[in-house]
Amino acid sequence: MEWINAIIQGVLLGGLYGLFAAGLSLIFGVMRLVNIAHGDLIVLAAYLALVVTGALGLGPLTSLLLVVPLMAAIGYGLQRLLLNRALGDDLLPPLLVTFGLSVIIQNGLLEAFSADSRRLQAGAIETAALPLGGGLAVGVLPLLQFGVAVAAIAGLQLLSWRTPLGRAFRATADDPEVARLMGLDNRHVFALAMALSLAVVALAGVFLAVRTNFDPAIGPARLIFGFEAVIIGGLGSLWGTLAGGVLLGVAQSIGAQIDPGWQILAGHLLFLLVLAVRPEGLFPRLRG
Amino acid sequence: MSAVHVTHGTRASRVGLPLFILLLAVLAAAPWWTDRQGMRLLGEIYAYAALASLWNLLAGYAGLVTVGQQAFVGLGAYALFSLSLLLGLNPLWGIPAAGLIGALAAVPVAALTFRLRGAYFAIGTWVVAEVFRLFAAQFTALGGGSGTSLPASVVASIASGRAAREQLLYWLALGLAVVVLLAILLLLRSRHGLALAAIRDNEVAARSCGIEVDRTRLVVFVLASAGAAMVGALIFLQKLRISPDAAFSVNDWTALVIFIAVIGGIGRVEGPLIGTAIFFLLRETLSQLGSLYLMVLGAVAIAVMLFAPRGLWGVLADRLGWQVFPLARRLEAQAAGPPLRAPLVSTPSSREPS
Repeated sequence: MEWINAIIQGVLLGGLYGLFAAGLSLIFGVMRLVNIAHGDLIVLAAYLALVVTGALGLGPLTSLLLVVPLMAAIGYGLQRLLLNRALGDDLLPPLLVTFGLSVIIQNGLLEAFSADSRRLQAGAIETAALPLGGGLAVGVLPLLQFGVAVAAIAGLQLLSWRTPLGRAFRATADDPEVARLMGLDNRHVFALAMALSLAVVALAGVFLAVRTNFDPAIGPARLIFGFEAVIIGGLGSLWGTLAGGVLLGVAQSIGAQIDPGWQILAGHLLFLLVLAVRPEGLFPRLRG
Repeated sequence: MSAVHVTHGTRASRVGLPLFILLLAVLAAAPWWTDRQGMRLLGEIYAYAALASLWNLLAGYAGLVTVGQQAFVGLGAYALFSLSLLLGLNPLWGIPAAGLIGALAAVPVAALTFRLRGAYFAIGTWVVAEVFRLFAAQFTALGGGSGTSLPASVVASIASGRAAREQLLYWLALGLAVVVLLAILLLLRSRHGLALAAIRDNEVAARSCGIEVDRTRLVVFVLASAGAAMVGALIFLQKLRISPDAAFSVNDWTALVIFIAVIGGIGRVEGPLIGTAIFFLLRETLSQLGSLYLMVLGAVAIAVMLFAPRGLWGVLADRLGWQVFPLARRLEAQAAGPPLRAPLVSTPSSREPS
């Protein structure tokens, strides 16, 4: 029964990892950018929510109404002012610019909020649980978080395939030069993709902040979890990304069940196993 | 009949190289002109110069942008501590042993991470480093997550007395940095170096000329890992204390190293050396700013990457044609007759202007 419980918790945790991964996957798909600062932006969103809830007395879930558009605006500005200049044939500039950004965000948060652990209080919903029978129960909050992850990924999927913006994303991803000839402004399209990515990051950051303690240094580990979910699920597939997140979450909670020191390690080992046996991921759509 | 031959030196390198050797001689005499603190700072500078040169070899020459160099720094440190604490090996022998272990570990790591391309390779190497760190934290014989110190008996076996030990470790640090630099220079002058230049300029064309791209990259990765492991072993032999978080720190052994290489200039051997000098100047003047100082460093690195992607040395070398190390390859006619001035085959510049 403990094991079934661990697997259920792992699946629900996987929803959060799917959210980490979706934003990463989206911008890689559109502009081949791997954002090393992704994890730190998740933590930045968590601190934004902390400030918003503290200043306005809102609950964490209501604070999303402000945090999501704020992060999207940050994403748009970041792309227009900084990241667009780094994109090109060369791999190094975007990688190193986002790496520098990661160090700046981490130390900026450290300067502003100190290294103390923080947490968002969500009130009664934090401890609410639905009994499943047989002594099993799932928390309402993890369930909500998983539901939001599924909804966000479904939304991204719909947006990519059913809207003019999604068509612009796919066109620019396939061939940026031809997309420009067809009248698309790549800089604007890329900035919109980054805005969307950081909107998802905002969701992830707020749910992370309600779920666990956070401090300025935890960003890189979130980037790694998101990245592992992308590779396990297979490049370019949003639903695969969610599946990768779920597998990672299950591996971690099974590892934790064996020995608390093995939680994170078990996830990394699953990632390395997938890399060794099926490097294209379990549900790939894009090559390389 | 060989009508042409390859020359490597330029007028600049015929001036620069003797100057560099003179500088090394002055540094080797440091125990006579500086105190213990100065020697410790210089030792740290050599370690960073070596690590930044190795990262530059990987990222600037072999196209292997890694964010996981701390995997091998930490591995080397843990190798030295385990060998001397658990097997009683003299810590000085632990340094080459750490290099061997680093090289051996690099082969399976490459087998896994080379499956990832470009930026994903970078994060993949980071995951490997995290795996190493988590395993080190489970290693109870060396204190698990909280780490351990070298006992006094082991420390005493390095040299008799503290002054003698610090002097010996200083020369070892300088010597190791010189060995790493020399190894990089020899590698770049060898056929592997020519292959690397060809891969960097056009990977597809290089393949079609029969260059085994993955094999060449593997050679570089294994050598750089061995170097990082030896540097790591020496760094922690100086510290006398080890813990998983310190040994596998991404900030100390990769982030700062990348900033050094970027600011100095990626894709040239001189770049990381200049970058190390600038980094330590900045650190000594700005370190009282605390975390603000790292933000400044990150911002400087971003600005350099965007506005002068070849770094400071790249700007100087492009404008003035400077090079310290004879690495250019120039075809020159050997036979008498009308001089055949063939165009440059390869210069150490990292990439074509775009």
